[in-house]
Amino acid sequence: MLCKLLHTIGSYLILMRQTFTRPQRGSVFWRQYVHEFYQLGYNSLFIVILMSFFIGALLCVQIKINIWSPWMPRFTIGYAMREVILLEFASSIICIILAGKVGSNIASEIGTMRVTQQIDALDVMGVNSANHIMLPKILAMTSAIPLLVTFSIASGFIGAYVTCWFGGFLSLSDLTYGLQHSFESWHLWSGYIKSLVFAFIIASVSCYFGYTVRGGSIEVGKAGTNSVVVSSVLILFTDLLLTNLLMA
Amino acid sequence: MITITDIHKNFEHQEILHGISATFDAGKTNLVIGRSGSGKTVLLRCIVGLLTPERGEVLFDGRDIHHLTKRETTFLRQEIGMLFQGAALFDSMDVLHNVLFPLEMFSSKTYQEQLQRARFCLDRVGLSDAESKMPSELSGGMQKRVAIARAIALEPRYLFCDEPNSGLDPISSRIIDRLISDITHEYSITTIVNTHDMGSVRGIGEQILFIHEGRAEWTGTSHNINQASNPHLREFLKHA
Ligand SMILES: Nc1ncnc2c1ncn2[C@@H]1O[C@H](COP(=O)(O)OP(=O)(O)OP(=O)(O)O)[C@@H](O)[C@H]1O
Ligand SMILES: [Mg+2]
Repeated sequence: MLCKLLHTIGSYLILMRQTFTRPQRGSVFWRQYVHEFYQLGYNSLFIVILMSFFIGALLCVQIKINIWSPWMPRFTIGYAMREVILLEFASSIICIILAGKVGSNIASEIGTMRVTQQIDALDVMGVNSANHIMLPKILAMTSAIPLLVTFSIASGFIGAYVTCWFGGFLSLSDLTYGLQHSFESWHLWSGYIKSLVFAFIIASVSCYFGYTVRGGSIEVGKAGTNSVVVSSVLILFTDLLLTNLLMA
Repeated sequence: MITITDIHKNFEHQEILHGISATFDAGKTNLVIGRSGSGKTVLLRCIVGLLTPERGEVLFDGRDIHHLTKRETTFLRQEIGMLFQGAALFDSMDVLHNVLFPLEMFSSKTYQEQLQRARFCLDRVGLSDAESKMPSELSGGMQKRVAIARAIALEPRYLFCDEPNSGLDPISSRIIDRLISDITHEYSITTIVNTHDMGSVRGIGEQILFIHEGRAEWTGTSHNINQASNPHLREFLKHA
């Protein structure tokens, strides 16, 4: 068990060393990068906005119904909501959702390339297949994530405004006051820093699982599932570490 | 010319190749035949360097593919074209870009010249009107032909084909065989073809290596294969 774990970590590190080398052809790399940015980043935008909108709205409603009491100032609803969104939701939870969407997609795409011998074809040509396939994905994912987080925060807040407006349980000026109350910009930045690490985990872990598929379609399916499970757990684990580091 | 000496390959303590030695000449179609599971694919993968043999050496005109520097390996690989058992086209690209890919990665030509070369290769395999199709829209035989076009795009000196006509009808098989044989002679390429199709053996077998359970048991040509005395080969021919 421990042996297997060490073996996995070792081969992951070796694969990463192969991946992070200079691309053999810059023009091909950039084309792939733009393509992946579109695939992994832009195509995730809708789900991120949708989920964040509802979570923003739900947070407001839940805080109002279950936590808020008459002796609390009204703006606490906005304040608590902001902190939840900035500290955990827009970075960690969004990344866990993306681990499901993007991670399984990457793992099964690369796994299929492996079992249909496309990766062998690249290797025989003399292309560094790890670098050619994985580097654009990893870089695209890590560079798209700050944008996704920004959209997530914004649409979470919009969700809050919309519920307050329609629900009528909190005036918009109270909400605005709460959202601005004792704002610490470091909380925002730490969210961005965490999300960068998480994006790297999602992309590299699912690339690893896809790249090391042996066998056929069943293994490709397993690789998809494994990559989601492992990257979600790793995200939560590093979240714990990073939160202690960044917030201490 | 490719020379292999005493190739041994194990998988999990089970020896699959038991010391195979052979010479494959340039400008000839060299066939490797044998029953399913005899180790043809494993041998080919050892030769092109996708697998590392436990023992033995593979020389590409004197260069040992398993003991080159990284730069030399990349350089040698550009002289290798390979046709996989399942064609292995890149399914995210259309036919033209599949053929263009090796050129974009390695050629120093301008884009226009690369395009010209890719179209020439597609024309050579008779598929110039399919260039904007995706691989999934092609039949198995057409995919194999595109794969041949991709394999010859960089004007290779060595061409490897793993069962080029498995899963194809006899007529398409002969078309692929002819194509491989013509290209081999035209550019004086060292070609190695894995097959268990007797049609290919009779049609293009200029030099034949028969392997049985990981051992090279017979070498010869399509003319003297019927006079072979090896019992395993006779058995193989009887059922073909
Ligand atoms: N990656 C692997 N791991 C373990 N055993 C393997 C592996 N690849 C091949 N083998 C074994 O090696 C033997 C030879 O397989 P190989 O694929 O070379 O046969 P083949 O001659 O190409 O057959 P076919 O004509 O069906 O393609 C088989 O018994 C197979 O089980
Ligand atoms: Mg085979």
